[in-house]
Amino acid sequence: MDFKVQAMTDLFPILFKAVGMTLKLSFSSALAALVLAVAIALIRHFKIKFLYGITGIYISFFRGTPLLVQLFLLYYGLPQVFPVFINITAFGAAVLGLSLHFSAYMAETIRGALASVDKGQTEAGLSVGMTNLQVMKRIVIPQAIRVAVPSLVNTSIDMLKSSSLAFTLGLAEIMAKTQLEAASSYRFLESYLTVSIFYWVMVAVLERVQRYLEKRLGRAYEQRSRDVKSRGIIQRFWRDKGIKGYKLPA
Amino acid sequence: MSIIGPSGSGKSTFLRCLNYLEEPTRGRVTIGDTVVDTSSVHRKEVVKFRRKSSMIFQSYNLFKNKTALENIAEALIVVRKIDGKQAVERAGKIMKKIGLEGKEDSYPTQLSGGQQQRVGIGRAMALETDVILFDEPTSALDPELVGEVLELIKSLAEEGRSMIIVTHEMKFAREVSDRVVFMEDGIILAEGTPEEILVSPKNKRIEAFLGKIS
Repeated sequence: MDFKVQAMTDLFPILFKAVGMTLKLSFSSALAALVLAVAIALIRHFKIKFLYGITGIYISFFRGTPLLVQLFLLYYGLPQVFPVFINITAFGAAVLGLSLHFSAYMAETIRGALASVDKGQTEAGLSVGMTNLQVMKRIVIPQAIRVAVPSLVNTSIDMLKSSSLAFTLGLAEIMAKTQLEAASSYRFLESYLTVSIFYWVMVAVLERVQRYLEKRLGRAYEQRSRDVKSRGIIQRFWRDKGIKGYKLPA
Repeated sequence: MSIIGPSGSGKSTFLRCLNYLEEPTRGRVTIGDTVVDTSSVHRKEVVKFRRKSSMIFQSYNLFKNKTALENIAEALIVVRKIDGKQAVERAGKIMKKIGLEGKEDSYPTQLSGGQQQRVGIGRAMALETDVILFDEPTSALDPELVGEVLELIKSLAEEGRSMIIVTHEMKFAREVSDRVVFMEDGIILAEGTPEEILVSPKNKRIEAFLGKIS
């Protein structure tokens, strides 16, 4: 078998140097996408006229066409017709493409999360004299965030991996470097395996972040203390009845 | 004051109009010296008017992302603009009053229905509004938890607070109310003292209603 571990270890330092670009690209895009998504979600949640229709088309388009096509449209297509785009850098185009594309998904996630908050919460807020804005800020949005987090992290993971498509715009991120190395060394398996490890490790970090966020945001919803107590009571009940080995479903 | 009547008769809707959670189609609503004319009301006026009353919901509707204490202190800080420390102090006193000392840091999901509703009442009490509105405060509770909530409402009545209660607890209505209103099909059929309405009703419809539920 012709598998050279050294091909992998040789690639490591090269990718280490390029991983900054991947991170910068993903992070900027995720941030921009999130901001965009919140704005779109609020427009759709409150059904703000005129903008509601536009955001509908926006979401439909950016979810309905491949990211790669969108990147090519932005970087290679638009400059031909609109001079403003001539000076767009590969990085700028990649961030723009990624954030436009994924903001469409995130917007739908956030809209769903906002809708998931019980109407009674809003009513309670209004009944104590809060304004609509205060209710949103202090009651509805904090509760919606908790619902949205798993799905938002999911989309962010997808985004991080999709940043690899930026190599098609000539951006020197880890996928581009891998391509280059693989083409010159003919060590395809080793090279793509190495870059896989890089992505996997970064995603693993995001998974940790997700777990942390879920735990933090879920504090208000833990039933631990009450649960444990009532379990004891029920178990004692069965024991007193002489039924042994009864186990509560987890 | 208690509002009774068969379900679907508009009791809750009427109560929600007083708090402007439901927009009345026409008419005027007066609480204390504040009048709102539904035909010419501005959004800002609505917010101001709402602050004249507070509401207790059938399904408690405590802020799920806030602790019991925060639920009570929230509006004091955000709406009444009371300094945080003072608000917490006041909320602490109310926690004691509703008999939930030691549960300050519990979140709504960690409290029983009765405890949650007591916090709901505490949240309304803290605002010291002209009138407190109760929308079937015990209807969602397990039977054994109804007592503690009614007890608390009763103690508020004894303090002389103005309250309007939509309820199906006839015995309770008789004990605590000065006036009882009977509603059916969106209109007030009768109004009077608890004796007049609940003990010796002159109206046949009320008689039939009371007969059915007792």
